[in-house]
Amino acid sequence: MDIRYYLFLSLALFVIGIMGVLTRRNAIIVFMCIELMLNAVNLLLVAFSKMHHLAAGAGASTVGSEGQLFVFFIMVVAAAEVSVGLAIIVMLYRNTHSVDVNFLNRLKH
Amino acid sequence: MKNLIALVPLLPLIGFLVNGLGRKHLSKGLVGAIGSGTVLGSFLISLYIFFKGPLSATPVRYFDFIQAGSLHIPFAFQVDQLSSLFLLIITGVGFLIHVYSTAYMHEEKREHFGRYFAYLNLFVFSMLLLVMGSNFVIMFIGWEGVGLCSYLLIGYWFKNIDYTKAAKKAFVMNRIGDLGFLLAVFWIIAKTGSVDFGTVFANVGKLTSADITGITLLLFLGATGKSAQIPLYTWLPDAMAGPTPVSALIHAATMVTAGIYMIARSNALFAHADVTNTVIAIIGAATALLAATIALRQNDIKKVLAYSTVSQLGYMFLALGCGAYSAAVFHVMTHAFFKALLFLGSGSVIHAVSGQQDIRFMGGLKGKLKITYLTFFIGCLAIAGIPPFSGFFSKDAILLSAFEHDKFLYVIGLLTAALTAFYMFRLLFITFNGSFRGTEEQRHHIHESPAAMTIPLFVLAVLSIIGGFVGVPDVFLHGGERLGAFLSPVIPEAHHEIAHNTEMLLMGLTTIIAIGAIVFAWIRYRNYKEEQNGSFGRLLQNKWYVDELYDSVIVRPVNRLGAVSQKYFERSGIDFLVNGVGRLVNYGGRQLRWMQSGQVGSYVLLMVISMVLFFVLQFFLRK
Repeated sequence: MDIRYYLFLSLALFVIGIMGVLTRRNAIIVFMCIELMLNAVNLLLVAFSKMHHLAAGAGASTVGSEGQLFVFFIMVVAAAEVSVGLAIIVMLYRNTHSVDVNFLNRLKH
Repeated sequence: MKNLIALVPLLPLIGFLVNGLGRKHLSKGLVGAIGSGTVLGSFLISLYIFFKGPLSATPVRYFDFIQAGSLHIPFAFQVDQLSSLFLLIITGVGFLIHVYSTAYMHEEKREHFGRYFAYLNLFVFSMLLLVMGSNFVIMFIGWEGVGLCSYLLIGYWFKNIDYTKAAKKAFVMNRIGDLGFLLAVFWIIAKTGSVDFGTVFANVGKLTSADITGITLLLFLGATGKSAQIPLYTWLPDAMAGPTPVSALIHAATMVTAGIYMIARSNALFAHADVTNTVIAIIGAATALLAATIALRQNDIKKVLAYSTVSQLGYMFLALGCGAYSAAVFHVMTHAFFKALLFLGSGSVIHAVSGQQDIRFMGGLKGKLKITYLTFFIGCLAIAGIPPFSGFFSKDAILLSAFEHDKFLYVIGLLTAALTAFYMFRLLFITFNGSFRGTEEQRHHIHESPAAMTIPLFVLAVLSIIGGFVGVPDVFLHGGERLGAFLSPVIPEAHHEIAHNTEMLLMGLTTIIAIGAIVFAWIRYRNYKEEQNGSFGRLLQNKWYVDELYDSVIVRPVNRLGAVSQKYFERSGIDFLVNGVGRLVNYGGRQLRWMQSGQVGSYVLLMVISMVLFFVLQFFLRK
């Protein structure tokens, strides 16, 4: 398939993520949008990795595998981040009885 | 022996630390005991070294002080004949002054009493370092140390603004001289690669005569600062602002002799610098005469003595310039005795008349202050050069060498000797003869000083009488000039080629002139009355207006330059730039404040906008 399809899908996902982070106030949705951005990047990495592999020809079997490796790293980091982030959101809810990110600026008081 | 030598300067240093740090806690008695005791310890060790120790020019090394490239400067002492003699003078006279101070300063508050003795000990320590150092750098440390201590002690009563100014003046004058000394040391390092006395003097032959002249002239500039010669002498009379024992210490045992010591120590250099020697002799003679004329008309008892010190130092430089180094050192020694005696005596007088220093309001003290009068009289005889008092022998040795060297300088020296006798006895007669001219209250208060003050006077009086016998000339005693012979390993012995008859004649002439001057002073000042000064008298009373001259030629133009620089360079130049940067940052910060809203969302938005902008910019700039 043409690389451009992947590119546009990834771009769309990323922009949706950004818009979500910017406009939504619910912390969980903001969080999901961040995940969306990460996955958009993952998709790009995988797509380019595949393209790179095909361009190198049949002889070089390992070419382009770094991109795939990065994806795994990102997924691991994202999993860790989710656990920490959800814990923060739980604490936020316990303290303020809401998950509105605008209340997060209370931390400065 | 090595440790014993180190102990000589170390003891006063310990005294300084103990007294300085414990000045608020130690009692006055203890402070006085520590202050005097440490110096006494140094004196006893110096005596032991003088009589028992092998006096040699070999440096005693302690540790490496500076190592830079090929330059090695060890921290080392050198105890040879010259420095051991100075050690005795410094610690001996210094000890007497310390003892005297315990009584003289007893009315001071405890804290200040401790401060005073701490400074005094530091002073002695610096001076010991100066004379014991085996290279120019160690000497320089002591050289700076005495400058600092003189500042601290002259400004001891720091609440009086005039005294503080006198202290600053002394310090600045000394700094000018120190610069000369420092430059000379650099020059020596550049040319010989060493600062060690032995090495430098052994390599004199390799220096060009221009180098030697330059180095010696710079060294002499250093000496004029420390030893109060024209043109840097004006600080010494102002140094009278300090307590009287301090004046005694500065004038007799320590500071002012530093210049003489340095030149006598470097005689190997100076022996090859004829131009410098001529300059030294002329400046010495000029200083001797100028200061003596000023002393004729001073009415402050300490000022008279101060100018007499300047004048006597001029004598010593005259001797140095004529190549009679041992005569100069001899005069340093005898001068230390009788000048310390005179200063301590004047302190005793001031003490008796409740702090009055103006001799016009004294008089008739002979009867009440018997011991002070007697010892002061001996001091005057010694400084006037009446045989067989110590001043006679040393002054005569100087005049003799001047006579051999240059007849004109001899005549100036002779004239100065006459003036010296005259002004000293003027001081004596005005102070002690006639009737008391002070207030009634002071008259009741007059009393002889306590034993701690009179005993040092006695000791110094005895030394002033017999101190000259170490240098009795050959004419009187076969195998005389013991001092010159003693110093011969350091200072080549001078050989007088003058006939014995002439020598006797010169001595007779000096004595007759001195006695004549004393008789003249007796006639004139036996019953002192307020006198009107003629125009010349006023000129002398105002010290030839030298201070005013310096003030208008140097001090005020420099101040004005400073004011102009402050206005144009400091205020509208540097300050404008520095404050401008501050104002700019402040303004910028206030303009950018809105960005720091504290809303997470706005930060993210800003981040996204700037990233988009970045991509767009990159997209266009790549083309």
